[in-house]
Amino acid sequence: MTSFFREIVRNKYSYLLILPAMAYVFVFFYATYPYLLIAFQRFNYQQGLFGSEWIGFENFKFFFSSRDAIRVTLNTIELNVLFLAAGTVFAVAIALLFNEIRSRLFVKIAQTTMIFPSFLSWIIVSYMMYSLFTTDYGIINQAIQAFGGEPVNWYSKAEAWPAILVAMKVWKDAGMSSIIYLAAIAGIDGSLYESADIDGATRWRKMTRITLPLIAPTIAILTLLNLGKIFYGDFGMIYAIIGDNGVLYPTTDVIDTYVFRALRQIGDPSNAAAVGLFQSTVGLLLVFFANWLTRRYFKEGALY
Amino acid sequence: MRTQRRISFSTATIYAALTLFAAACLLPVLLTLMVSVTQEDSIVNNGYSLFPAAFSLDGYRTIFANGALIFRGYAVSIFVTAAGSLLALVVTALAAYTMSNPNVKYRHFLALYFFITMLFQGGLVPWYLMCTKLGLTSNILALIVPNLMFNAFNMFLVKNFMESLPSALRESAYIDGANDLRIAFRIYMPLCLPVLATVTLFYALAYWNDWFNAIMLLDDKKLYPLQYILFQLRSNIQMLEMLPTGANAAYTLPAESAKMATVVITIGPIVFLYPYLQRYFVKGLVIGSVKG
Repeated sequence: MTSFFREIVRNKYSYLLILPAMAYVFVFFYATYPYLLIAFQRFNYQQGLFGSEWIGFENFKFFFSSRDAIRVTLNTIELNVLFLAAGTVFAVAIALLFNEIRSRLFVKIAQTTMIFPSFLSWIIVSYMMYSLFTTDYGIINQAIQAFGGEPVNWYSKAEAWPAILVAMKVWKDAGMSSIIYLAAIAGIDGSLYESADIDGATRWRKMTRITLPLIAPTIAILTLLNLGKIFYGDFGMIYAIIGDNGVLYPTTDVIDTYVFRALRQIGDPSNAAAVGLFQSTVGLLLVFFANWLTRRYFKEGALY
Repeated sequence: MRTQRRISFSTATIYAALTLFAAACLLPVLLTLMVSVTQEDSIVNNGYSLFPAAFSLDGYRTIFANGALIFRGYAVSIFVTAAGSLLALVVTALAAYTMSNPNVKYRHFLALYFFITMLFQGGLVPWYLMCTKLGLTSNILALIVPNLMFNAFNMFLVKNFMESLPSALRESAYIDGANDLRIAFRIYMPLCLPVLATVTLFYALAYWNDWFNAIMLLDDKKLYPLQYILFQLRSNIQMLEMLPTGANAAYTLPAESAKMATVVITIGPIVFLYPYLQRYFVKGLVIGSVKG
């Protein structure tokens, strides 16, 4: 104990400097954890955490016996897997293509354009999507009609939305993600390409036999890192685009939007907390699993 | 000769593919800009178009004439972004200094303390209950403090940068009798300006684009930031409520173009700061992916 105080006194200014960050993290993370217990209560704002009635696993039973449970869980996983797969493929492909281009000016201009969407909020993107997809004025329906087709009411066509959301995710993030892969490609030893040139390798062969295998660890590590997040829906994206459009829920409602509705619209914090606890627990297990995989195959890429 | 031609064909394909994707990234943005300067009749008759039949600045005029709420939102967003990123920068940079100081014996414990919060989130409900308990509802602090004011990832980014500086800097300052406060502010912060600029822009963009705190914690319309006003504006009916035009609006309000005009003025600062955003984001992303 004395050594503890001696250390604090010796580095008192250092500990003073880190205090605000520690306090912040304590208040908004550690101190909130006890509130998870309301998942086992019929929580009431007046009576609070200590006064509300304890009801065991009732909230979990309510959620898991509803049809929503399967729907939001599967939607969350399905959308995230699609985002991850499409996002990685596009980001890697863009990086590989950029690597083939010798004109610095073209790279600069194209990259500047591709990165721009990642700075926009999903609200802004939802407006841009509206100008593409709205039934009466939208560009896409104009194009369909120009080719003699019937306009589609996209905002009531649930089955179309997984594809639309994936396309928008790629649109927004692939340019930025490709930067990481470009950095990985830049780290590849140039003499490999020189000897491949001497052996008469084609461009395609160099891409698939040198570049791709050498950035494969980066791809795998980033994929595994994201695998740990697969149980967390992108609330900012889904709610900005879909909002309260119930017609689209069958394919787009995710755990996070469900929890939001339970808390803020239906006003059942205990049910929301139960679903949230389910999500956090599975999410944590997935992080452990993804990290275990990473550590096993790519030791230097593991989180811990 | 034949190889020559084949290579130029593949080069052309690569250029075409990248140009196509870049154009796809730009088109929705351009479309929004064009709709914002299209005459309302032209939208009603012909739909949205990249090449509008009739130009008009009525959308912008409507906002400027009636958009007290939008201007207030602009002011709220600017204030929240400026104050929030400054606070976040200070909290992050100071913590990073301590984390990078090898004399601090408990720094590994501290790293774990921050790291755990990156792995396990209590979720929305505990966070929400804590915010209401702290009174972070319907006041400007509700937009600044929760969620955005500290990000452990950013702290580790700054910490990694500080660790890459020679430790002799700190040791010789100790010998000269300087304490950690002095070393942090006089030596480390000036040397870390590039990475501090990067995290400040990370924070600033997060604040500017945030509407989550608003939707979760605000009831007071006067405090709505721009992004949340846009969220609310999405139906024309809401647009009419937001932009009162007198007792009975006999003419058609340029609702479509006014909405897109609001979007354009919301992206404005991002476009304006884009050269800096791009440079520092790319830098931060590369550092973060290599080391973090």
